[in-house]
Amino acid sequence: MVTFTRRRLAAVALVATTALLGATACGGGDDEAAAGGPVTLTVDVFGQFGYEELYKEYMAGHPDVKIVERGTGSNLDEYSPKLTQWLAAGKGAGDIVAIEEGLLVEYKANPQNFVNLLDHGAADLKGNFLDWKWNQGLTADGKQLIGLGTDVGGMAMCYRKDLFAKAGLPTDREAVSKLWPTWADYIRVGEQFKAKNTGASFLDAATNTFNTILLQTAGNTTGYSYYDTSDKLVVDSNPAVRQAYDTTMDIIDSGLSGRYGSWSEEWVSAFKQSKFATIACPAWMTGVIEGNAGAGAKGNWDIAQVPGNGGNWGGSFLAVPKQGRHQAEAIELAKFLTSAKGQIGAFKAKGPLPSSPQALADPAIVESTNAYFSAAPVGKIFAEGAKSLKPVYMGPKNQAVRTEVENAVRTVELGKRSPEQGWTDAVENAKKAAAK
Amino acid sequence: MAVQLDARPPVAPAPGTTRPSRGARLSRFDTRYSPYLYIAPFFLLFGVFGVYPLAYTFWVSLHDWDLLGVEHPYVGFDNYRQLLADPDFWHSVVNTLGIFVISTVPQLLLALWLANLLNRQLRARTTWRMAVLIPNVTSTAAVAIVFAVLFGRDFGMVNWLLDHVGVEAVDWKANRFASWVAISAMVDWRWTGYNALIFLAAMQAIPRDLYESAAIDGAGRARQFWSITVPLLKPTIIFAVIISTIGGLQLFTEPRLFNSGTNAIRGGPLRESQTVTMYMFENAFAPHYNFGYGSAIAWLLFALIAVVAAVNVLLLRRLGGGARKEEIR
Repeated sequence: MVTFTRRRLAAVALVATTALLGATACGGGDDEAAAGGPVTLTVDVFGQFGYEELYKEYMAGHPDVKIVERGTGSNLDEYSPKLTQWLAAGKGAGDIVAIEEGLLVEYKANPQNFVNLLDHGAADLKGNFLDWKWNQGLTADGKQLIGLGTDVGGMAMCYRKDLFAKAGLPTDREAVSKLWPTWADYIRVGEQFKAKNTGASFLDAATNTFNTILLQTAGNTTGYSYYDTSDKLVVDSNPAVRQAYDTTMDIIDSGLSGRYGSWSEEWVSAFKQSKFATIACPAWMTGVIEGNAGAGAKGNWDIAQVPGNGGNWGGSFLAVPKQGRHQAEAIELAKFLTSAKGQIGAFKAKGPLPSSPQALADPAIVESTNAYFSAAPVGKIFAEGAKSLKPVYMGPKNQAVRTEVENAVRTVELGKRSPEQGWTDAVENAKKAAAK
Repeated sequence: MAVQLDARPPVAPAPGTTRPSRGARLSRFDTRYSPYLYIAPFFLLFGVFGVYPLAYTFWVSLHDWDLLGVEHPYVGFDNYRQLLADPDFWHSVVNTLGIFVISTVPQLLLALWLANLLNRQLRARTTWRMAVLIPNVTSTAAVAIVFAVLFGRDFGMVNWLLDHVGVEAVDWKANRFASWVAISAMVDWRWTGYNALIFLAAMQAIPRDLYESAAIDGAGRARQFWSITVPLLKPTIIFAVIISTIGGLQLFTEPRLFNSGTNAIRGGPLRESQTVTMYMFENAFAPHYNFGYGSAIAWLLFALIAVVAAVNVLLLRRLGGGARKEEIR
């Protein structure tokens, strides 16, 4: 064995001390602002928010601000536990964080984690947002504004023209929209498609379609889905839920689903290998489709109207956590990103539909087309219905409950449960999840 | 040690004082207390990073602790009571034990066999020995993602190969036993070589003359292996089993990344491959954010590992009862 000489010991001690000091120094935080250097603002997002160009523009106008975005492309399941941990730990969250509407209800229950934007002049911005979008960002007592709205999830149906042609169906978007005024028609078209054996399924996954139908049905009838407006769990008594479930069962029963678990690697592969012909697409999904299917499929995709009548799935908010060091700068940036101009920029980059009426009316949106989707007039398709979107109320444990119901749909889709067993599971597990 | 090395004659004590000299006192202090100082850093670090989190987790598990909430009311052992009656928890325990058994048993046998092969006269011996460690060096996440693709339902290579030999495609992720097998394959691929090297090191400590006399007595290779190598390897095997138990029961990355997409933490729609650590994560973090409940799961997992490790050691001890005498001789 090597004996430790004094010098060597000293060296080891030095290394150890430096390591320890280094570790503590990490907690020390940055004093860039004090030093006169630029302030670094971190923006945490998931999926595709399309802010890159906006950052560049903002930084050009604010030389003292540097913007770093984290989490682009990550899915909500990866993002939300991280955000919650950061908030719980009081450290680690970005200066601005994106929050999806389904999760906002949980964060709203603990508003002390966020800056009250009403204290920073946000009240003047009320007119820049659709009323319900603005109200969603407020706490129950209306005294604190947690987040400023980014996008809303106006609904359409994206489809593959090449596969439709192969199955002898019309490919023109007007004609396709006429094929399916209702979900029953959608199933009928699906059966025609299936009969032609194109080697592809009619749709990607029943869970996606289920969400679309549920939020559409709920928006058109009760205005709430799993929870009623007094936060009582109504998964088994809300007719909208049961109706959406039954329609989805019909789709599964007709064997139209490719059974690719949404957001899984197989789902992404299925996009690349053209394994399904349609996917329910909220506006933000167009960015996801382009990302997954890749440049090779450009021009094969197109967008038609969604069966049923409109609907709204998803949409996010930007919030400023209280733990941030540069709150004032962060609030300014959040205001910029959610301004009509910011929302138009994001829409052009990645397709999330604005929640600002000014942006929705802007020619830049109304007249916009999407080259990837065969130059579909996305502005017209999505923006037209956006102003009349009916919001769906979401209760405190919405995400956990939704997960259980989606899972039940998935078990039926995979043939592991009968539709009735699946429903029993959904209700039972949803109750359990809500109680946790 | 305080050994006087210089050869000067001892100095006569100063008259009128019986107190030991400063140097002698220092050296006695040194002998008595220094060793504690030397081992202190480990225990300090262990205290900070080991004992404290353990105790804190227990403290949390006694509360109704919403991760984001401000109030954390004390609920005593409610979380534990609820957990013991939670079928999903027991389901995850069965999954974990199932995956543990079908991965660890073949893994250790394979490692033993591999070590035995590597212990022979081979050309480029070191290269072969290092080569078995390569899978262990690769990142778990990368391995899990590659295997998840291999075991895909529609586009996976394993199903493609099975198709060639006329076996119908298996839905690896939605079938409980199939998902266990796929995950075990990942674990085995990664850890077999590692265990083989540990066994190999122990094998090289076995005196050659034992084999020589056995050969003279007419024992074949197989007989030598079972009657000399395996019994003398017993302590190492116990070590490997305990390490594998701890690792196996804490399995997280492989099954988590094997399942992808919405709510992958659940390990499939019917929790086909959800391990205890995944269940813990599901409860402590998304989508339930129930930190108290998650902490209770962590503690029960701790207890489970202790029990399984103890059972393993007892079993191995008993199996080794006959061999220990040989070892002494």
